[in-house]
Amino acid sequence: MKLQRKNRLRATALGALAVSGALVLTACGSDDNTSGDTGGTGGETSAASNIKCDGAKGQLLASGSSAQKNAMDLWIKNYMAACPGVEINYKSSSSGEGIIAFNQGTVGFAGSDSALKPEEVAESKKICKTGQGINLPMVGGPIAVGFHLEGVDSLTLDASTLAKIFDNKIKKWNDPAIAKLNDGAKLPDKAIQAFHRSEDSGTTQNLGKYLAAAAPEDWKYEAEKKWPAPGGQAASGSSGVAAQVKQVDGAIGYFELSYASSQSISTVDIATGGATPVKATSENASKAIGAAKIKGTGKDLALDLDYTTKAEGAYPLVLVTYEVACDSGNKSDTLATVKSFLTYTASDEGQKVLADAGYAPIPAEINAKVRETVAGLS
Amino acid sequence: MASITPIDTPPASPAPPKPAKSTGRAGDKIFLGLSQGSGILLLLLMASIAVFLSYRAALAVSKDEGNFFTTFDWNPAGDPPVFGIAVLLFGTVVSSIIAMVIAVPIAVGIALFISHYAPRRLAAPLAYVVDLLAAVPSIIYGIWGALFLVPYLEGLNLWLDQFLGWTYIFEKTEVGVARSLFTVGILLAIMILPIVTSVSREVFLQVPKMNEEAALALGATRWEVIRLSVLPFGRSGVISASMLGLGRALGETMAVATVLSPSFLISMHVLNPGGGTFAQNIAAKFDEANQLGRDALIASGLVLFVLTLLVNGAARLIIARRKEYSGANA
Repeated sequence: MKLQRKNRLRATALGALAVSGALVLTACGSDDNTSGDTGGTGGETSAASNIKCDGAKGQLLASGSSAQKNAMDLWIKNYMAACPGVEINYKSSSSGEGIIAFNQGTVGFAGSDSALKPEEVAESKKICKTGQGINLPMVGGPIAVGFHLEGVDSLTLDASTLAKIFDNKIKKWNDPAIAKLNDGAKLPDKAIQAFHRSEDSGTTQNLGKYLAAAAPEDWKYEAEKKWPAPGGQAASGSSGVAAQVKQVDGAIGYFELSYASSQSISTVDIATGGATPVKATSENASKAIGAAKIKGTGKDLALDLDYTTKAEGAYPLVLVTYEVACDSGNKSDTLATVKSFLTYTASDEGQKVLADAGYAPIPAEINAKVRETVAGLS
Repeated sequence: MASITPIDTPPASPAPPKPAKSTGRAGDKIFLGLSQGSGILLLLLMASIAVFLSYRAALAVSKDEGNFFTTFDWNPAGDPPVFGIAVLLFGTVVSSIIAMVIAVPIAVGIALFISHYAPRRLAAPLAYVVDLLAAVPSIIYGIWGALFLVPYLEGLNLWLDQFLGWTYIFEKTEVGVARSLFTVGILLAIMILPIVTSVSREVFLQVPKMNEEAALALGATRWEVIRLSVLPFGRSGVISASMLGLGRALGETMAVATVLSPSFLISMHVLNPGGGTFAQNIAAKFDEANQLGRDALIASGLVLFVLTLLVNGAARLIIARRKEYSGANA
């Protein structure tokens, strides 16, 4: 008995040792972070890039859309390499989450898949004491429609057939409507398995906006973050949808282009009514975004995308994600960093990063306005 | 480091000799306090969970423009916000029932084999392997289910549809891979197998030898011994084991979320992809939800909480009723 008890006590002591050891380790970890903050003085410009740190320093928190996460990761990496005194932390959650955090004043800027709603703008006036929250279009991207059909490598669809497929009105791959758009393709007599996102998503909302605008006859649902149509199958996240499309013969689904290219999933070319069907590429998406009009007033640059564009080589199924910041009244301790970071992301150098990551750069005309607005942030 | 030395030294010299008799009274008091404190802490924890869930749930339900119990939709971010738990309740109950129907007979079979049929050399390792199933994290079951079970169940689904389609339940009316409530049920069955098996096995091992020998003396075969003495004695134990398993099946999250293709429709065609469970819905929606969305998910969590309480309560009632019988034998 006594021996046993001793052993048990020894085990407790070991456990305590392990716990306190872990505490010591974590303490070290947080020490590191703070020393990183104070170590650099900011304002340094690295020789390799044109990033201007302009008095940026300390920590900048940001949060929001996961659709621009990959772009943010690259930007932050480049920026922090150039400005060693700055630490930027983008928490990729969701647009809604980002806007809530922004309106509570806990983040310097937010990333969002859709422009602020009027009530969100009203709420932002509490945080931006002298101004309000504005939308800065920063990241564009094509939404690729991926498919997996044995023996078929390329496929052309138009908005109407896409709408009918995702609404379960077209059920077979050899449906006449599909055959008409794909002369000479050997379409099998196989059931179509359409996959959508199981959780609320800005990608779903943008697909809905496109279908409602380009095929109003066949898509009667309101564009919401939640998948509106009955039937079909669901998977979690863009990665989940892409995985199902990759795995299931006869499947079709939508996700950001990078998921298609990284898993070599074939994507649908969209017949817009122009001369030739348009492929999903970042270049083609940029062209379509170029057809957008700015609907925001004042410094707000919210875009009104033209989903029905027939311009040659313009891929109409696109999404634009914004950075949300105050036009004036940004918090004084993060203003310099926000300004300097967004100046970088809107610069040629920053926008060039996008194309390499499967996103689409914002067209020059709109981008010029973004730069102007960022320069005027106060 | 400083905090470790005091723990390290006392057991070495002063502690062992003393507690023998002299400090018995103080020790008693301290231990009483500690155990009482733990008990009270548990009650406080439960109460605070219940209060938290109810408060957030009430916030959400008051803003729900649909009927919280009958709406077949989940759109708290919509305008107006509409959400209801009907589909989730249905999916949770149906997938758990499928799991129980599959798992309980198999678990009882394994338990009987281990306790009464298997040679000793086989019984111990087998019991160990079954217990090992419980140590696999549920996300692993989920990935295994999505990557292995789903593609390979296609054949079984076709077979069920063809030969048992007339039952309505097994009629497959929609195309799609087998990411259905039925597949979820099978996966849950595998996941609850270890707990049901090990509890049943322990109960079967406790059947008084006298009962079994009495049955043997009357000329009963081995099966008759099991039927006459083991099963009646173990019934309440098997029921409580099943309820433990049911509790796990009701609340299982990651495995279901990975395998199921969720939708907000109620269909008795269990082979069709679609449906949803409480825990799966919370896991899938929480990240992207806004404030009201989170409150709504918490409200659905409260319903699951109540459902689990009811199941456990029912199990206790059943066991209490059977207590005299098994108690007398024990």
